[in-house]
Order: sequence, then structure tokens, then C-alpha cells
Amino acid sequence: MRLVTLAWLAFLFSIPLWMSDLYVLHVLIMTGIFIIAAMSLNLLLGYTGQLSLGHVAFFGIGAYVSSLASLGFEAHLLPGVLVKMEPKPVWLGMLCAVTIAGLCGWVIGRISFKVRGAYFVIVTVSFAEVIRLVALNWVELTQGPMALNNIPALRLGTPELFELSFLRKPANYYLVLVVAVLSYILIRRLVQSRAGRAMIALRENEPLATSVGVDVTKYLVLATMVSAAMAGAAGAIYAHYVRIVDPDVFLFIYTVTMVIMVVTGGKGTLAGPVVGGLIFGLLPEILRAAEIKPEVQWVIYGVLMVLVVYFLPEGIVPAVRNWRRRHHEPATAAAPPASIEPAR
Amino acid sequence: MTAATELTVEGLSIRFGGLTAVESMSFEVKEGEVLSLIGPNGAGKTSAFNAITGYVAAAGGSIVYRGTSLIGLKPNEIATLGVVRTFQKTSVFTGQTVLDNVLIGLHLRSRQRPIAILLGLPSVAREERQLAEEARAILRFVGLDARAGEVASSLPYGELRLLEVAVALAAKPRLLLLDEPVSGMNPAETASFMKLLAQIRGLGITVFLVEHDMKMVMGVSDRIICLNYGRIIASGSPAEIQRNPEVVRAYLGERYARAQG
Ligand SMILES: Nc1ncnc2c1ncn2[C@@H]1O[C@H](COP(=O)(O)OP(=O)(O)OP(=O)(O)O)[C@@H](O)[C@H]1O
Ligand SMILES: [Mg+2]
Repeated sequence: MRLVTLAWLAFLFSIPLWMSDLYVLHVLIMTGIFIIAAMSLNLLLGYTGQLSLGHVAFFGIGAYVSSLASLGFEAHLLPGVLVKMEPKPVWLGMLCAVTIAGLCGWVIGRISFKVRGAYFVIVTVSFAEVIRLVALNWVELTQGPMALNNIPALRLGTPELFELSFLRKPANYYLVLVVAVLSYILIRRLVQSRAGRAMIALRENEPLATSVGVDVTKYLVLATMVSAAMAGAAGAIYAHYVRIVDPDVFLFIYTVTMVIMVVTGGKGTLAGPVVGGLIFGLLPEILRAAEIKPEVQWVIYGVLMVLVVYFLPEGIVPAVRNWRRRHHEPATAAAPPASIEPAR
Repeated sequence: MTAATELTVEGLSIRFGGLTAVESMSFEVKEGEVLSLIGPNGAGKTSAFNAITGYVAAAGGSIVYRGTSLIGLKPNEIATLGVVRTFQKTSVFTGQTVLDNVLIGLHLRSRQRPIAILLGLPSVAREERQLAEEARAILRFVGLDARAGEVASSLPYGELRLLEVAVALAAKPRLLLLDEPVSGMNPAETASFMKLLAQIRGLGITVFLVEHDMKMVMGVSDRIICLNYGRIIASGSPAEIQRNPEVVRAYLGERYARAQG
């Protein structure tokens, strides 16, 4: 691991030790949750080149599944068919959330076999809308607009021996950080492997990819599944952190926010969604803290976004990388070792 | 030559709406040979390639590769059988480095499973190193090793065409279909490409070539098929094809006149 990475990690892990302002921690937690979701979206949008405009569906499914599993429920699947579940431990609920979100991703991937570009967008948007309507209208299960309340916080271990409870903000901060780092590592492994190359090949030149034997559909399904599972994990963490979930988790604006984070940071780069997520996750809070009027805040947000997209169409991370290449290593640019660096 | 048959095409027809691009085409490709398909623009050569490699559906006829029917198979399944093609219009992974292009081409030679990748098993890292080695060997073979780290889009045209061949070779073809590989190359590049083709042949790879450069076609082919308006009008050795009056009338005449004048 490079020194810079280590230094960053050390800094991030140290924050709760010296930051006593709980509101700042709250903002960081929410930003972190969004960054996980944005990273998962980047796997699809950035690497396979397919835009999932219903990505928030996987996030929301994760939130609802984990909440319902930990609260327990009783609902009619069909008239006369009653499904009942006793409350389960939160960690198990989270596991269910990841699995079920991943399964939904698998289904979407299968449905969209042969479906690319605009059609993939339509499939994912429709899926998100259907799921939102279910959450809104299946009141018996989801409480509809009344929301699921009193969702328990995550507890690990047993009360008798040793228990970690994620009730307070520092604990949740660490949970988000660990899951974010884990997600980052998983995505990096994936994209720097045969599977990731297949996804990139699909994005760059599908006919050529198939001509050398890449089963592009298979890797699109894999990307959708991993991406959905990761978004589901983010949703589950969210649910047990804010401890109330209503159908608003499916709002289209959240998908748009994720897309903005990925595109401005740099789609198809590992650091892109993190950088974009930090900027556009923290910006509203910084503006609010600066006591700028809300309407002006959104204007600034929008203008900054347009500026980034207009002047750095590739995103911030590729722009910085190109700039560094031009200014710091003009002599070594042509040297062969440069080729070892994975140019993703 | 009494070599075994590698590919058998019988009665192949290809239609696009009302247009018949290829009409009841029958021929064989023999193991180890270089077979060329020539003919005027729009004769149906690329369409025939597309049908064999699964990019367009045949309206009729059969395509059998080593006993397996290719009809209805997807392009990637056909590649898995060892039938790999290049494209007439230059086709690479533009934004990737030359090395990464070949690494993508090596897809069928690697064995990593998604689970092993996600778990970060050491076998994956080991294979990645091995694949990088293989990719470099392929780049050396086509003479692009010095370009490994460059982004494909920065290569000059002649080298792009070499990269396409490198990517195809990475997929370990037994039958390689090349669609106008030297179009746009200068004479020196074409000459060195002919040497490369001989080396490819030396690897035991059967070559099926579509090309308008007659110097190259006559120089490298064992047999030639001439197509006109979707129908085979002649087939035989280069010498026979050059003498065939119908081929000269339909195609060669103007080309030779142009080449010599
Ligand atoms: N996808 C397609 N849709 C409709 N018509 C097509 C399609 N592909 C090819 N054709 C038509 O089929 C005929 C044969 O085209 P093809 O590309 O096979 O010719 P070719 O022999 O490769 O020519 P060239 O030497 O110019 O490459 C042409 O009339 C062409 O316009
Ligand atoms: Mg053609």
C-alpha cells in the first residue's frame, strides 16, 4: 500500500478521536453512505458503461429488507397466504439485505441481457419506480408513508460477554468507514482482473469484446449483482443508523446525486466516486454552515456541478492525473515502466 | 494438399431485408492453409465473415467448424471454439493501453473465477503476472512491444492494424479470419505484414483472408475464392485465379490496370 493511502486512512480513522462536534460526524456518516452507493454505481456506469438510473432501488431494498428482518413482520403475500417472521438480529438482517439486493441486481442484469444504453436506463428506472410503489402501497408490510419506525441499531456480540453497539455516532462512523474501505477493495480487485477487463471491453467495444470470446452479458450481470449488493449494504447501514425508513428513500434525486458524484469525480476510476462524493456530499453542509441562503446554496451547487462537467468532462480524478503526468514527469512519460501502472 | 477440413460452408445465403448479400455460397477451409476471399466492393465478403463468426444470421445454409455447427451460436461462443476474426473497420479498445488491449484479448486463456477475484486469492495475482507475460510475448510477436504502455488511440494507423491482429491472436485462434488487414498500410508496412502472416501460419493457425491488395493476396494465398454479387464465380490457386477470364472481367482487370498504370 502506498504511503499516501495509509496516511489518508490514518487520518480518516482518527477523526472521531478529536472531532467532538457530533453534527460533523453525522454529515461524514451520511456522506460515507452515499460514497459507498456512488462507488457501487461506478462499477456499472464507469466500468461497464451502463447507466443505472434506478440505482437507488437497490439502496432502498437494502434499507427495507434489513429493517423488516430486524423488526419482524406479518404480511399477506397473496390473499390467504400469510408470511410471518420473528425479529432477527440486525447483522443477519443486513446480510439478508445484501443478498436480496444482489439477487435483484442479478434479475435486472438478466432482464437487460441484450439491453444496452437507453434501454438499460429504462429498465432500471422502471424497476426503481415499481419498487417505490410497492413500498408506498403495501402498507401491511412496509407501513407505507407512515414509515418503519424504531428500527433497532446494530449490535455485535452478546450482552453477557462483550457487545459492540452501534447506537452512537462514532461507532456508526467506523462502521461506514470499514464498509467503504471494504467496498473499495472489492471493486479494485474486480476491475483489475479478468472480470473487470471484460466489463471495460463491453464499455469500449462490444463487438470486439465478443470476437475474442468475452461473454459480455455474463459480466454485465456480475457487475449489476455486485453493484446492487453493495448499494444494498449502504441502504442497510443507513436504515439502522437513522432508524426510520419511508418510501422517500427511493426518491429519484438520490440516484441523481450518486450519478453526479460519479461523473464529477471521474467515472471508471477507483477514486472518482470518493472524490466526487466528498465534494458533493459535504458541499451542501459547508454552504449551510457558511449561512448562505438555501436557494443560493442550490444555485452554487448546480453551478459548480455544471462547471466541473463542462471543464473536466472526464471528471476530477482523470483531470488531476493528466495534469500531474504533464507537469511532474515529462521526462519519464515515455519510459516503459509507465506501462506497468494500470491505467484505469 | 490433402489436409483435413477445418470449416465447411454450404449453401450459405445472407439477406438484409430485400437485398441478397450472399447467395448459396459453398466452400471449405482446409487446416493450415491461407485461403483468400476476393471480389469487388459490396460483393459480400464481410457479410460472409459476419455470418461465420455469428455477427449476422444466415438466411440459409450451413456452417460447420470441426464438426460443430456455428449456426445460431453467439460470437463469443464461436471464439471459444477457436474461430476468431478481425474487423474491416479498425477496431481496438481505444481508451486502453496497448498492453491492456492484448490482456482483454487473453480473456479465454485465463481461468479466474469471480469468487476468487473478490476474495483476492493469490492464484489470481499469479495468473495476472502470467497473463502480462503472455501479453508481452504476443506484442513482441507482432512487433509492438515498445508500445505496450501507450494508449491505443495514440498509435499510428499501421500499428493499430497490428494491434488488432495481436488482440485476435491473444484469443488463441485455430482459424483466424482477417478482414482487409493491410488496407491503409503503406507498401513497407504491407511487406512486413506479409512476413508476420507467414509467422502466424508457422504457429499452425489457419488463415482466411479478405483483402483488396492483390500483391499480398497473390503472395500469401494457397487458394483464392472470388465472389461477385454474392456468388462465387471462381476458385483455385493464385495462378488460376489470375488467368480466369471471369475474375479478370469482374474484378482483377481494373485492379491490375490500376496497379500497373
Ligand atoms: N448490416 C447491413 N445492413 C444492410 N445491408 C448490408 C449490411 N451489411 C452489408 N450490407 C450490404 O450487403 C452487401 C455486401 O456487403 P459486404 O460488406 O459484405 O461487402 P464486401 O464484399 O465486404 O465489400 P467491401 O470490399 O467494400 O468491404 C452490400 O450491398 C452492403 O451494402
Ligand atoms: Mg468488406
